[in-house]
Amino acid sequence: MILPRRALIQAGLGSLVSLGTTGWAARVQAAPDRDRRLVVVFLRGALDGLSVVVPHGDGDYYRARPRLAVPRPGKPDGAIDLDGHFGLHPALDALLPLWRRGSLAFVHACGLPAPNRSHFDAQEVMESAAPGFKGAADGWMNRLLSVLPAVTAPVRAVHLGSTVPRILAGEEPVASLAPGRAATRGQPLDRPQVAAAFDALYSGSDPLSHAYREGRNARRVIQESLSATGEDDAASNGAPLPGGAFAGDARRLAQLMVHNPEVQLGFMALGGWDTHINQGTNQGQLALRLRALGQGLAAFATELGPLFERTAIAVISEFGRTVRENGNGGTDHGYGNVLWLAGGTVKGGKIYGGWPGLAADRLFEGRDLPVTTDFRSVIATVLERHLLLDGRRVQRVLPGFAAERVDVMYS
Amino acid sequence: MKGWQFLGSAILAAVLSGATSASAVAAKTAANAQVLHVLNRLGYGPRPGDIERVSALGVERYIQQQLWPETISEPTSLLSRLASLESQRMSSADLARTFGPPPGSKQPAARRSTAPASPDELEQAREAYRRRLSGVARQAMEARLLRAVESPRQLQEVMTDFWFNHFNVYANKGLTRLWVGSYEQEAIRPDALGRFSDLLAATARHPAMLFYLDNWQNTGPGTPGAQGRRLGLNENYARELLELHTLGVDGGYSQNDVTELARVFTGWGLCPAQRIASSGAFCFDASRHDPGDKVLLGLTIRGGGFEEGLQALDLLARHPATARRIAFKLAQAFVADAPPPALVGRLAARFDESAGDIRAVLATLFESPEFWNSRKLFGAKFKTPYRYVVSAVRATGMPLEQPLALTGPLTQLGMPLFGCQTPDGYKNTRTAWLSPEAMTRRLSFATILAAGRLPAVAAVDAAPADLAVAAEWPQLGVPLNPDALALVLGSPFSAKTRQILARSPSALRSALILGSPEMMSY
Repeated sequence: MILPRRALIQAGLGSLVSLGTTGWAARVQAAPDRDRRLVVVFLRGALDGLSVVVPHGDGDYYRARPRLAVPRPGKPDGAIDLDGHFGLHPALDALLPLWRRGSLAFVHACGLPAPNRSHFDAQEVMESAAPGFKGAADGWMNRLLSVLPAVTAPVRAVHLGSTVPRILAGEEPVASLAPGRAATRGQPLDRPQVAAAFDALYSGSDPLSHAYREGRNARRVIQESLSATGEDDAASNGAPLPGGAFAGDARRLAQLMVHNPEVQLGFMALGGWDTHINQGTNQGQLALRLRALGQGLAAFATELGPLFERTAIAVISEFGRTVRENGNGGTDHGYGNVLWLAGGTVKGGKIYGGWPGLAADRLFEGRDLPVTTDFRSVIATVLERHLLLDGRRVQRVLPGFAAERVDVMYS
Repeated sequence: MKGWQFLGSAILAAVLSGATSASAVAAKTAANAQVLHVLNRLGYGPRPGDIERVSALGVERYIQQQLWPETISEPTSLLSRLASLESQRMSSADLARTFGPPPGSKQPAARRSTAPASPDELEQAREAYRRRLSGVARQAMEARLLRAVESPRQLQEVMTDFWFNHFNVYANKGLTRLWVGSYEQEAIRPDALGRFSDLLAATARHPAMLFYLDNWQNTGPGTPGAQGRRLGLNENYARELLELHTLGVDGGYSQNDVTELARVFTGWGLCPAQRIASSGAFCFDASRHDPGDKVLLGLTIRGGGFEEGLQALDLLARHPATARRIAFKLAQAFVADAPPPALVGRLAARFDESAGDIRAVLATLFESPEFWNSRKLFGAKFKTPYRYVVSAVRATGMPLEQPLALTGPLTQLGMPLFGCQTPDGYKNTRTAWLSPEAMTRRLSFATILAAGRLPAVAAVDAAPADLAVAAEWPQLGVPLNPDALALVLGSPFSAKTRQILARSPSALRSALILGSPEMMSY
């Protein structure tokens, strides 16, 4: 399944071949080889990776989590088996078609090079990706923007939300996509007379003027793109689409990327993963959020259409959670986690990363899944094989990082 | 419409003195920069008449008054508005008694209501309950916004916001919604200029914090009271207490300290229904407390029940890392995003020797040469969305008849009130808030406000009110007069801004003033 599809992409053929077994809009079109995109989804609050890719073949998992473990495959509401040892949380079933097509992979026991159980500090390290240089002014996705093939376009990186996330902070301009329908609504600033007056006021070379001009440019592009693609809910006749608000936002981002080849990078963040109490298993707060996330990512992939084949989607979170459940049906701050990768260039259908097992003597500080793969190894691989950056440019994005790679991408 | 009358008379004064638009603007450019500085930094910027008042009073006396807010009388109009907000007069225990726990839940907040019969009925009851709680949270928002815009005790409001963010809770997490207002009223505002140790103690046992950071479930494993969902330790509060409330992430604690501190706070929780009347909403449950000795930061805390927690809080409040952290945060809030290290050092020393007296630390700060460095640091801070919106509304002089109208814009600007999900609270730096989107949305807000409009109160629960089409919004006043607006603000404009104001159509000038670079900073 995997190799023929790769061959087709590389040959620039395949537009007549339908690859999806479940009705993905996944026709592969002749793709300009350099048109590659990267989208990062950050799950803030530390996702419990052991509930996402469940080590159901590991008895220690069930011993550590008498009340929180996702049941073995085949049991009621059990995990969906992936490879005989690991299984997917049942609430993520929307992603199963991607796994079966070989377009979804996981890297387990992945995370920061040094343990850090502070959300804010750990996110800082993961977003600056310059460990040891705490407080580095820019984020790694902004540095990435500076080394990608230059395109003259106002909007090359888009994030959801109204404040620039740490990962995109820096010199290169970045555009915001407002959540919800506000993204396409008119504003007083759209009126030419108002705009002209403020254009004059913010014509300088100071930071506010820069931000103002970037905002105006981005707004123009976003308005044009989203009005060109039409109101996304029309097709559903007003019925709520699966995945809730996140799916709607993800779809709009996808539309923007499809419509604008210059949009090379995308970023979305989702919160609410800090499940210290009542985490739940197949039901409960974690399952609810995972369902919305899975459906949202599936909607994103569908909306990308053929562009999915040229897009890499990485889902990351600052650290994992304690192997043992805590005293309140939850989990506390841990270390190793699972990193998700989806897209046409992913060597999917496989779980990567050294698996240390969950025996007490294998755990970090006696409590956490250790990290066997530095998250930067995965990012570096994506940069090199998917975004086709040379070693010097990878170094610029991930300063001070030695050349470890994980064989998780085609190039 | 009092504000409008004022504006009217100001315009009249400008006209009578023969001032043209440009010269009226120019005449005030030399307005006392120090007066503006204290109005901007100790408060949310000038309302009509403030510059004149503070000029007459003198900046030093103004600062003294602000440091002792109880010496400043609040207008009866504000007091009666606040008094009309019923839940603002209720204690946390009152709220727990009145609203009870969520239908069908096992939470011990208050008396158990009779369980509804069917799942549908239960869901309906839960929905109705959420709506009632949201009503309480909305009153808390109204009170906060009313005070920020209309209270002359501006420093108290600024410090209340500062400490709320320092000890942040998120209104949309379950029962926190019920208590977010009483949290501000009971645990934050009374000590906003008082002792840090009192703030720490009050937040540690407030139901909003106990619920938000899960400590109400934190239980000594194997204790007699360990049962149901409360079987063992929960590190959430202990970790954030060290990382955010006191020492800071580089403050020299280990994972072991987090675990030991969690053990100290086992049993700190919410009262069962039958005890709320006598004990308030906070109860220490000795049957769930880990009785052993603990070692925190190298010091042994002997097993001693509730007292252990007080000992730990005291230790943390007096720790030098805490003094440094609070000093840095205050200097960052009042002086510059990257505050001068020498100033931080002096503030930390003052914190230390005054046993965490916030008023004393602030007095030192307001006397420091760094605070008065007009050349480098006046206007160096970029406003947060909250500060921008509140200061713009203050400048208009419009009476805030519908405070909730401001919640939509705040949400759209990325800073929903009581809506910071994570315990670190909102930042107040330019890096955090200056973005392309922030600029375009602020200018749209400015344009609408300048037209004398605010978004319809509508929907705090539904989609946030949009900043989109001004014509859909209710007219609250007449379009602002730009000359009057410039006078209120003390005309702090650069030559470039003045030039552009002068050559722009008069209908746009107020929007340009409210959206000027000078209005974005403070």
